Amino acid sequence: MSLLAILGVLSSAIFSGTSLLYTTLGETLHQRAGIVNLGLEGIMLISAATGYRVAVETGNPYIGILVAMIVGGLTNMIIGFLVVTRKANQLASGLATMFFGFGLSALIGRDYVGVRITPLPRIPFPGTANLPLLFASLFRFDFLIYLVIPVAVLIWWLLFRTRWGLGLRAVGENADTAFASGRNPFWIKYQALGIGGMLAGLGAAHLSIAYTMNWSQFMTGGRGFIAVALVIFSKWHPLRAIGGALLFSGAVAFQLMLQSSGVRVSPFLLDTIPYLITLLVLIIWGGTRKHAAPASLGRVYQGGQQ
Amino acid sequence: MGDINNELDERILVSMQGITKTFPGVLANDNIDLDIHPYEIHALLGENGAGKSTLMKILYGFYGADSGEIYYQGKPYQIRSPHDARGIQIGMVFQDLNLIPALSVAENIALFLPNLPAVLNHQQINEQIEDVSKRYSLHVNPNAKVANLSIGEQQKVEILKLLLSDAKLLILDEPTRVLAPHELEGLFIVLNKLREDGYAIILITHKMNEVFSCADRITVLRKGRVVNTVLRSEVNENDLIEMMFAKRITSVETPEKQAVDRSGTPVLELSSVSTTGEGDAIKLDDINLQIFPGEILGVAGVSGNGQKELSDLVLGIIGSSGKKLINGENVTNRSIPVVRKKGVVYIPENPLMMAAIPFMTVLENFALTNTASYIRFGGLAMDWGQIHKDALAAQEKLGFDVPLYTIAKALSGGNLQRSVIAREMSRQPELIVASYLTRGLDVQSANAARKALIRARESGAGVLFISEDLDELFKYCDRMVVLYQGRIVGVFTPEETDIYEIGHLMTGSEVLYAAEE
Repeated sequence: MSLLAILGVLSSAIFSGTSLLYTTLGETLHQRAGIVNLGLEGIMLISAATGYRVAVETGNPYIGILVAMIVGGLTNMIIGFLVVTRKANQLASGLATMFFGFGLSALIGRDYVGVRITPLPRIPFPGTANLPLLFASLFRFDFLIYLVIPVAVLIWWLLFRTRWGLGLRAVGENADTAFASGRNPFWIKYQALGIGGMLAGLGAAHLSIAYTMNWSQFMTGGRGFIAVALVIFSKWHPLRAIGGALLFSGAVAFQLMLQSSGVRVSPFLLDTIPYLITLLVLIIWGGTRKHAAPASLGRVYQGGQQ
Repeated sequence: MGDINNELDERILVSMQGITKTFPGVLANDNIDLDIHPYEIHALLGENGAGKSTLMKILYGFYGADSGEIYYQGKPYQIRSPHDARGIQIGMVFQDLNLIPALSVAENIALFLPNLPAVLNHQQINEQIEDVSKRYSLHVNPNAKVANLSIGEQQKVEILKLLLSDAKLLILDEPTRVLAPHELEGLFIVLNKLREDGYAIILITHKMNEVFSCADRITVLRKGRVVNTVLRSEVNENDLIEMMFAKRITSVETPEKQAVDRSGTPVLELSSVSTTGEGDAIKLDDINLQIFPGEILGVAGVSGNGQKELSDLVLGIIGSSGKKLINGENVTNRSIPVVRKKGVVYIPENPLMMAAIPFMTVLENFALTNTASYIRFGGLAMDWGQIHKDALAAQEKLGFDVPLYTIAKALSGGNLQRSVIAREMSRQPELIVASYLTRGLDVQSANAARKALIRARESGAGVLFISEDLDELFKYCDRMVVLYQGRIVGVFTPEETDIYEIGHLMTGSEVLYAAEE
């Protein structure tokens, strides 16, 4: 295996892992506030399609990204209305939103399959500009990639170092206590969904506008669900999510490389590698008590004043 | 100036007028009036289920009242949420402590700090905590996770939380339920000091001695209504009991103790048992004890000195070195089902967390520890009729009346404890491990629970009786051991010692003295 191939895997992992990490960070916020959002897949698709369409129509990828974020946040309000205000079951609400997203995104993006957009500029990674062209081209990233780790650190800081984050975590652990401390758990859950949805929208925008520069139906390919798994994998911690997203997308890239280099293994088997790794890690880490799930994750909060 | 008719005497800090609150099927508060003055400790006295907690949760904005008004310094004030209540400096410690186990002590306290800066400064929070904890001798490690604290320590955190939340009216819902005797005295000192500083304190309780040791005024509730509000100096204990129960109950006569036959095989024998004390657990160190059939062995000690570990150990929740024999059979490090099959039953210190599934009904919880005997068709069905009959019989035997089809989470603390006691006692136990059996029970229920123990003893069961109530221990135990920092520091019969000696051992002063010699 050549150095070029290995660096190729790394580069491809960074590119495809970025959208995954943004989405995982969003889901981390949801779950820290006690909500399992299974609608992410649909929300990502709607954001990706809308963002792409806007980027084509305006000829400006930045406006496309911005719109994708806003759409992600707004679509999440459907979930919010269902699970917070209407106190509906979270799993059913998420799945329904997902299927709704399948259809809606196909409709929005129907006439835009294969349409070209203005790409985002790619900035060489510091210190790689003087490498041979073949290598250097692997390390030319768009600004969303450079931004993703600072965003992960920001989410960590918000959760663990600010009053807002303390309140949000309290809601996910015990909404009654958060209510008793003078907070409004409903409002905090909406906030978590709004910001989380914007992060998922950003991830989707990176996928369609920056990375593949394309729209196709079901293009997220399960990223919304992988993000849910990665939240568990990273034990609800934004910084661990960085490693998780990289490991997972690295496995995907590695598997693609093996296939293209003509290894005589069934491509279907190779396809399972990333998920096999996920299973293995879950088996090894399991549900150790130290980093267990937020205590009232998935539970409907009925409200204190009755 | 507002409508004169709508205003009250502004010297009254808070006034609740005509508060009524119903829950499905229950009239919890029925047209209640209550005035709270600054500089007073106001005891809210009543049986379990009299409506004390509900009334206070309304004042704190946790529940909304169906009707009635609240006045703050003479003016009507709308309390729609705890946020509003905190706005007029009302703070409350709930009975079923409301700490978040996954967060640290500091984070739990920070959650309730007023003017908490948007960006947390943990060092400053820790300093604030240390400040107050020193002033009132409520020592806790701010960086410890609440999940690893004993209930007694959690209570301290709750009180610290309240003091730091800048409340001027403090509502304490049975704060002494989980405190050791010397902590109790400490609490009363704290409360008196706070009163002198102008705080008003509402103390929810059903313990008479607390009322007499610190309250200025007493409001007695019975079945959702105010029976009377009186000055402490105007009443005696019997008056209050009469108000609480509408009848005089005779205090339990001291049970007759029979001589225990210690020649046979002990029900429980621990020899040189030690545990590793993982995490924040207390390390049990070289524990030796024997309980014989028909004997109640009391375990005295300040909570958090290894009581939880000792009962966990007997039941098989944690492993150990050394030897554990039940009825002469070696069951060291065997699983909980093996131990329970030998006739061991367990009444733990926190029933909602350790002995009942919160979202199952009382009846389902009753069946839970004994499913094997109720299965039908090889496990395809359960005999609910029989379970119902047995549950009723078990309750009747103890004089309890807990609704069978309510989920455990919805029960009051006392009722929950009753349901667990009824379940465990129905199993013809040979060894009963009872942790803080009467914690949270009112006088009548506590007596019934104790009677159940005595009946079990008379039928030849051994009892490991963990308690902080020294009166209780002296009255009911055949022998007592004192637990201090995971070690047994004294073995006595009640006749050969007194409260002072035990108290010294519990607080470690005697131990230090002995070590110096």
